[in-house]
Amino acid sequence: MASSPRSISIAAGQGFWGDWLEAPYRQVTGGSIDYLMMDYLAEVTMSILQKQRSRDPALGYAKDFVPAMERILPTLAERRIKVTANAGGVNPRACAQAVADSARRLGLSGRLRIGVVTGDDLLGRLDRLLARGHELRNLDTGRPLSDVRDRVLSANAYLGAGPVVDALRRGADIVITGRVTDTGLTLAPLMHAFEWRPDAWDLLAAGTVAGHTIECGAQASGGNCLVDWKRIPDLANVGYPIVEASADGTFEITKHPGTGGRITVAGVTEQLVYEMGDPTAYITPDCVADFTTIRLSQAGKDRVRVSGIKGKPATDKLKVSVAYFYGFKAVGTLVYAWPEAYEKARSADRILRERLAALGLAFEAIHTEFVGVDATHGPLARGAVPVADTPEVQLRVGVRAPTREPVERFTREIAPLILNGPPSVTGFAGGRPKPEEIVAFWPALVDRNVVEPCVEVVDV
Amino acid sequence: MKRSDRKRQKRRVRLVELAHARSGDKGDTANVGLIALKPEYYPLLVKQVTAAKVAQHFKGMIMGQVERYELPNLHALNFLLHGALDGGGTISLKTDAQGKVFSTALLRLEIEVPG
Repeated sequence: MASSPRSISIAAGQGFWGDWLEAPYRQVTGGSIDYLMMDYLAEVTMSILQKQRSRDPALGYAKDFVPAMERILPTLAERRIKVTANAGGVNPRACAQAVADSARRLGLSGRLRIGVVTGDDLLGRLDRLLARGHELRNLDTGRPLSDVRDRVLSANAYLGAGPVVDALRRGADIVITGRVTDTGLTLAPLMHAFEWRPDAWDLLAAGTVAGHTIECGAQASGGNCLVDWKRIPDLANVGYPIVEASADGTFEITKHPGTGGRITVAGVTEQLVYEMGDPTAYITPDCVADFTTIRLSQAGKDRVRVSGIKGKPATDKLKVSVAYFYGFKAVGTLVYAWPEAYEKARSADRILRERLAALGLAFEAIHTEFVGVDATHGPLARGAVPVADTPEVQLRVGVRAPTREPVERFTREIAPLILNGPPSVTGFAGGRPKPEEIVAFWPALVDRNVVEPCVEVVDV
Repeated sequence: MKRSDRKRQKRRVRLVELAHARSGDKGDTANVGLIALKPEYYPLLVKQVTAAKVAQHFKGMIMGQVERYELPNLHALNFLLHGALDGGGTISLKTDAQGKVFSTALLRLEIEVPG
């Protein structure tokens, strides 16, 4: 490999599965970048993908990734832009195969190498791990996984940047992974380009913070940003964030010129505190980053400089995300209009609950919200506005149970209220609510040495 | 006399005038990052927006404890609100199942500032 570059740029193309389809294309065409990072996996995504693969062994990855790649592959090949993406879900090989097929159709045979990272999937090994004394206790409740073993749908260890670095080192232009951490997808190109050692904790922490900053896409560049939000320009053409990093671990967050949105210290700070636990110990498979050491400064318009980051050694555990079947839920809504909209909605809720009780239905929870009055701020908001004149209130009632039957029965108790409950009711055009299966998330830790990441690199 | 003068010089303001915030989730725990709008407001937040006061503010809305962490480098406080999300994630029946707007609920809290 040639000597390390002075700086490299990594652009965020997707902050979650379902994010803006235009973003990857705009990132690779809107200016010069070295890497495109695309994060697809949330806590429950793996179980959805597991279910898809169980129905069709060729599925189990983020399908949207393939057309998104097809659109940008010619540009990637022409500009030598590399991609890191955890779109592989529970079937990274099939995902890589689909992208390779697209590349061949576009006449790019022989011009691209695809790296595939697997080894995160523990489902097939779960019983052996449990038998060997790995209890996979729930980090929140302390219960051992054996309590719900027969309901487990997927189990994946979070891999770090290491195997992605491996794939890049072996010449991969596109690295498709299973459950690699969001931050690892940004850290890996930095470790690769600057030849950072896997025990250079401060540098690894810096790359991890860089990853955290852009892993939610536009949430760092003006999207969902509260501070002075009305003056954030042109969100219709929001530019997704780009990390421009130096070998010493300092970096700047910016976006392509001519795009909308805003990159300021205040906005980047909002993203840094998003989903944060103990700021002195942001634990990843790669290191433990200390967010209380981060220095931010405005280095220009839409440009924030980040420096000073300290890190500590990685722990000897990896986080495992287990998805398991929990039960069923359903949510029904009706809208009540002025006058006395709130009182009507409350009356309907009382009637509904009385009927559910009379039917003897057993729910784990019944939850009522009055949208327009208390749905988001609860009792803090009640009394904050004069509800007597509220033009309308949406009654929103949810139930949850271990079995389908009571939930199914609940869904048939909403519509009758239209004719046999309080007046001035509307908003039921969507029909009867549908009972929904709940797949819940079980966070646990496992010894790092039982997880073996696997890297394959193939020519297209 | 002096004491009452000082008292008169204080006024109560909502946090929304002093800070901005973003929140997220980890399981059944919501986090709220509270960020001073100006660096000089940060000491006020540290002194007055205690874990106990936040727990009182959210009484009835959260089942567990409130933890607070300080980030003086970012002029920010991070609060963990345990048992805030009716089980969290896919289990929760709440509109705000992922605690996305707990941030703005905290900004309703009133604190005392020098007049």
